[in-house]
Amino acid sequence: MADLHFELVTPEKLLRSEDVHMVVVPGTEGDFGVLAGHAPFMSVIRSGELQVYSGPNTVSARIHVEGGFAEVNEKGLTVLAEAASDA
Amino acid sequence: MPSLKSLKVRITSVKSTQKITKAMKMVAAAKLRRAQQAAEAGRPYAERLSAVMSSLASKVTIGPESPKLLAGTGSDQRHLLVVATSERGLAGAFNSNIVKLARKTADELIAQGKDVKFYLIGKKGRAVIARLYPGKIVHQVDQSHIKNIAFSDAHEVSQDLIKRYEGGEFDVAHLFFAKFQSALAQIPTELQIIPVPLAAANDGAAAAGASAAVEYEPDEEAILTELLPRNVAVQLFRAMLENAASEQGSRMTAMDNATRNAGDMINRLTIQYNRTRQAAITTELVEIISGAEAL
Repeated sequence: MADLHFELVTPEKLLRSEDVHMVVVPGTEGDFGVLAGHAPFMSVIRSGELQVYSGPNTVSARIHVEGGFAEVNEKGLTVLAEAASDA
Repeated sequence: MPSLKSLKVRITSVKSTQKITKAMKMVAAAKLRRAQQAAEAGRPYAERLSAVMSSLASKVTIGPESPKLLAGTGSDQRHLLVVATSERGLAGAFNSNIVKLARKTADELIAQGKDVKFYLIGKKGRAVIARLYPGKIVHQVDQSHIKNIAFSDAHEVSQDLIKRYEGGEFDVAHLFFAKFQSALAQIPTELQIIPVPLAAANDGAAAAGASAAVEYEPDEEAILTELLPRNVAVQLFRAMLENAASEQGSRMTAMDNATRNAGDMINRLTIQYNRTRQAAITTELVEIISGAEAL
């Protein structure tokens, strides 16, 4: 399966732009995982931990994000966070 | 004719001024590079946010219950002019250009019978505005302790603005700052930040067609309510970054000019010094010769 293009952007800079297997995003109404080919979707996110999966069972990064929103479109997943730091 | 000594003092003084302006120019150049990088790094966020904003705005119909930040207060009587200037001077016409544009808008609004208030970011615009529009400054944000502008700084200002807006202090807010084009050109720009301009919403109508099947969580309106204050903060943040880059660019150009002018002045003074010295020597010689002849 094709990889998911994931971008993490804060107002200060573009933090990550990479192809990953899956990302679990802390949405305001519950965490959600995004795989490649996800339907167009937009959600507000709460402060919490964002998990990046490089393979089906391997978490390659955990990032603490603070507020913002996530957008999934045909190009991939874009998370616009107010602040982000490696957790 | 100035004496030799006073000329020499003059030359030394201009030389030390030139040293200072040269150093300032180099500092500004280094800072400019950093400020430019920061401004560029902030661009992706602002672009994506405005894309999302406009596609959302086109989906939500503006009614009496829509958020005030989008729909406005229903009046445009009271205007708040947010003027972003620098904390330091010696940056050429940077600050006066921004203030000039703000004054133009203020005078137009006053001529239309509107109430105008000023909200200042940075201290360099204060003197002029306080003199021309006494008692109209509602607040001044002090940024002198900030070295590199962080998003949290812009966020604080936007929180304050939104609080004032919701408290009914004003109906429309305009932001004035200098857009950075190059080290030589900075364009003073006016931008309406509150309520969020509707032109953006209309532009989005076309873009929205493509992403019609997007699912929203929670619903569009909740997301929009969440995004509007953020949009104000991001606009402010961008303006501050642009302003920082413009300030350094403007200072660099101004100091480059000053250094060159000092160089010209040194040349001119040196010539004058040499001529004066030669004249003194000639006079002395003439005196000696005519003295010898008289014997």
